[in-house]
Amino acid sequence: MSELLNNILFLPEAASTFAERIDLLHHFVVGTTMVMSAGVGLAALFMFFRYRRRLPAQATEYVVPTLKTEFLFVSVPLVFFLAWFGIGFRDFTWVTTPPKDSMDVYVMGKQWMWKFAYPEGPNGVNVLHVPAGRPVRLLITSRDVLHSFYVPAFRIKMDALPGRYTQIWFEATKPGTYQVLCTEYCGLSHSKMLAEVVVLPQEEFDVWMKEQRRGRLQDRQDALADTSLVPPVARMVEQGQVLAGSQGCLKCHSVDGSQHIGPTFLGLYDRVERLQDGQNVRVDEAYITQSMMDPGAHLVAGYQNVMPTYQGKLQGPETAAIVEYIKSLRTPNVREGASEGPAYDAIQ
Amino acid sequence: MTPSSSIAAPGATPAHEEHHDHHPSYLVDGTTIKSWLLTVDHKRIGLMFLFWVLLFFLVGGIFALLIRLELLTPGPTIMDAMTYNRTFTLHGLVMIFLFMIPAIPAVFGNFMLPLMLGAKDVAFPRLNLLSLYIYLTGAMLALWGMLNGGLDTGWTFYTPYSAHTTTTVAPVLFGAFIIGFSSIVTGINFIVTTHTMRAPGITWFKMPLFVWAIYATSCIQVLATPVIGLLLVLVTVENLFGFGMFDPARGGDPVLFQHLFWFYSHPAVYIMVLPAFGVMSEIVSAFSRKNIFGYRAVAYSSLGIAFVGFFAWGHHMFVSGQSTFAGGLFGVLTMLVGVFTAIKVFNWVGTVYKGAVDFKTPFAYFCGFLFFTVFGGMTGIALGTTSLDIPWHDTYFVVAHFHFIMVGATIMAFLAAIHYWFPKMFGRMYHEGWGLVSAALIILGFNATFIPQFLLGNNGMPRRYYEYPERFQALNVASTAGASLLAFGFVIIAMYLAYALFYGRVAGNNPWRSKGYEWLTESPPPTHNFVGPQPTYPEEPHFYVDPKKAEVPDAV
Repeated sequence: MSELLNNILFLPEAASTFAERIDLLHHFVVGTTMVMSAGVGLAALFMFFRYRRRLPAQATEYVVPTLKTEFLFVSVPLVFFLAWFGIGFRDFTWVTTPPKDSMDVYVMGKQWMWKFAYPEGPNGVNVLHVPAGRPVRLLITSRDVLHSFYVPAFRIKMDALPGRYTQIWFEATKPGTYQVLCTEYCGLSHSKMLAEVVVLPQEEFDVWMKEQRRGRLQDRQDALADTSLVPPVARMVEQGQVLAGSQGCLKCHSVDGSQHIGPTFLGLYDRVERLQDGQNVRVDEAYITQSMMDPGAHLVAGYQNVMPTYQGKLQGPETAAIVEYIKSLRTPNVREGASEGPAYDAIQ
Repeated sequence: MTPSSSIAAPGATPAHEEHHDHHPSYLVDGTTIKSWLLTVDHKRIGLMFLFWVLLFFLVGGIFALLIRLELLTPGPTIMDAMTYNRTFTLHGLVMIFLFMIPAIPAVFGNFMLPLMLGAKDVAFPRLNLLSLYIYLTGAMLALWGMLNGGLDTGWTFYTPYSAHTTTTVAPVLFGAFIIGFSSIVTGINFIVTTHTMRAPGITWFKMPLFVWAIYATSCIQVLATPVIGLLLVLVTVENLFGFGMFDPARGGDPVLFQHLFWFYSHPAVYIMVLPAFGVMSEIVSAFSRKNIFGYRAVAYSSLGIAFVGFFAWGHHMFVSGQSTFAGGLFGVLTMLVGVFTAIKVFNWVGTVYKGAVDFKTPFAYFCGFLFFTVFGGMTGIALGTTSLDIPWHDTYFVVAHFHFIMVGATIMAFLAAIHYWFPKMFGRMYHEGWGLVSAALIILGFNATFIPQFLLGNNGMPRRYYEYPERFQALNVASTAGASLLAFGFVIIAMYLAYALFYGRVAGNNPWRSKGYEWLTESPPPTHNFVGPQPTYPEEPHFYVDPKKAEVPDAV
């Protein structure tokens, strides 16, 4: 029954505890509205016919409603409206009050992507992993303008405000992947500010988390090998990794295959990329170096020319180290997820 | 001029000097361009407003069609993202500030209010003309800004985006600021007219309900418009000079804008819809030849909506980070607006009871209006239940809801008013058959356009999306098809009304046999509305009881 109604109303799949609660109220409100409006409409149609005009200048009776009628006109809608409000406000309070044992995730909106961070790590862009069957509290903020975090399948939404944190929580009921949409107009690529929530069973989530943290631990150890503290590391790959961090490459290029402002470094070397002018290019040392010195020369299709030139900012050996680092990120695995387009467009 | 002075010296006004016989109608009393542009006659000013308002409606409508065309496919269709963002901003701005707000009050309010009160003009005729030119000045400045750089913030100008965008914010906002003064001036004029210019016999509770609605609207205009005026100035200086008022990095508050904005813009919804309610009260009475069922309830509910409308703004902000408690308060107050509207709906339907319905074009629009008001209103209540607003907020459900109320109800009333008062204003009659056909087309077209949008919103499509995931396409195509039907309906109306304007048959003074006060004088009325001494009004408006068995209730 509920399934059928959801289909008629075009409601998306319900995948959170809140969705199940709220859909009931939705059905109640829509159902009552339809019945009562049909009643009023049919009464009106009947009277249009019953009291049709018979003479051009027909005289009519002077009808004044009794106080009782007017009281009925006020009280019947009022009772329904207040009942709906009562149920609605109960659910509203429920969804704005996270349970004490909920897991925290920090969410930051920026033009035009979502960043997620778990207190103990890791961080992610545009993909949020959460366990099923466990309350998750989202602490939402924005880096620039207003955004709004909306997951239709969970029926939750909360604005992201610069300089403020807002919160909302949900408990996903089914593992799966659910789309996140931005619902507060935020500029040119507002409609491209998409992300997804990946709901995993608790065990898989734990495994995922452990893997991510191991990677992060590695990062931390690497970070200890800071250039300011110790002499340049011997291995070019490691030097390149440090440089990629300190020069800001990783702000736009991910190393885990996720989609970002620029193409991911993972598996970039030796890949055949399609350029904007329609040609194909095999990514080799020359192409990588050229892209650092003259980023606009051969743009990969779907990406904007937003990268600054590193001409004069990088020494020759440093450039080579970065190239080596990118080469080290070859992977036999094809990247997960599509990287067909950028998550970010330049402001025109 | 007070009513008593004109009774005392009816011959003192220039119109009476040429003496009896024929007094030319206001349309031909002075045919030079100057006599129109510098007129202080409320009817001519109303007509000039009608011209501009229709022109802006056409502009806004073209933008609407461009938006619908762009949304035919999930990807880019006919324009790039920046153009699309500018287009929906212009659509909203033009439709709201240049069409919807002045539509009924400045056109029909101006034309009918003095006629309905038995007055020769509004209280301040020169201010009335000034309000037209203020409106045009603001409109031109805003349009200039739109063409030179074009605003891309959406009509809501939310900060911090509007403070940062590279598009032209200042002239457009300043234009809207100027238009606000036109709204305030008109409001003051109507309030004073209603208080001081009622003819002998017209007590407060014998005023036509259209006057009540315009009176309530004017109160909102005078009280709320200054707030948006100040806010627009604040955003303009924030954008130009970086005042930091809404910038959290400098101690500003990004949500403060929303509070101030909706403090005006929510009541502004009632500026758009209350006059529509007033028009419909007149039309349902006239076409079912009945006094309105529950006159006082309808009159008071207009004031009730105007009052409560000031305290419901927070329902636009349930997910903006405002407190849960505030959300609850605004939710309950929203329900009260719903109750006041429900009173009106029941009383309109009740008016037909024991009446004598003549199903003419304006009445067809009344049916469409009832439908759109009921569903637009009920979806408003649903959005006000706080929890349901969470998934619906800023999706196409909201878009469909406010188009049902603002476009559905208000445009139904606007069209009904044009058809009902066409013979009053121009003394000619349009073709009834075409009237009914286009009314049917428009009502169908509205539904075909906006019902898919309700479903899109349920399905989760956010508003202001240039591109959308493919699962939303079918409903978007349906909506665009509906919009074409709608546009077709408007084209038919434009054609037969333009024809009727010049070649329509002469309608006579009162083709509807209406007993609304405005029909007691000639159609089209002479320049000073009435010939001879000040008319008095012993009967209440829309009193259709057989004089033989009439026991006049509260007779004066």
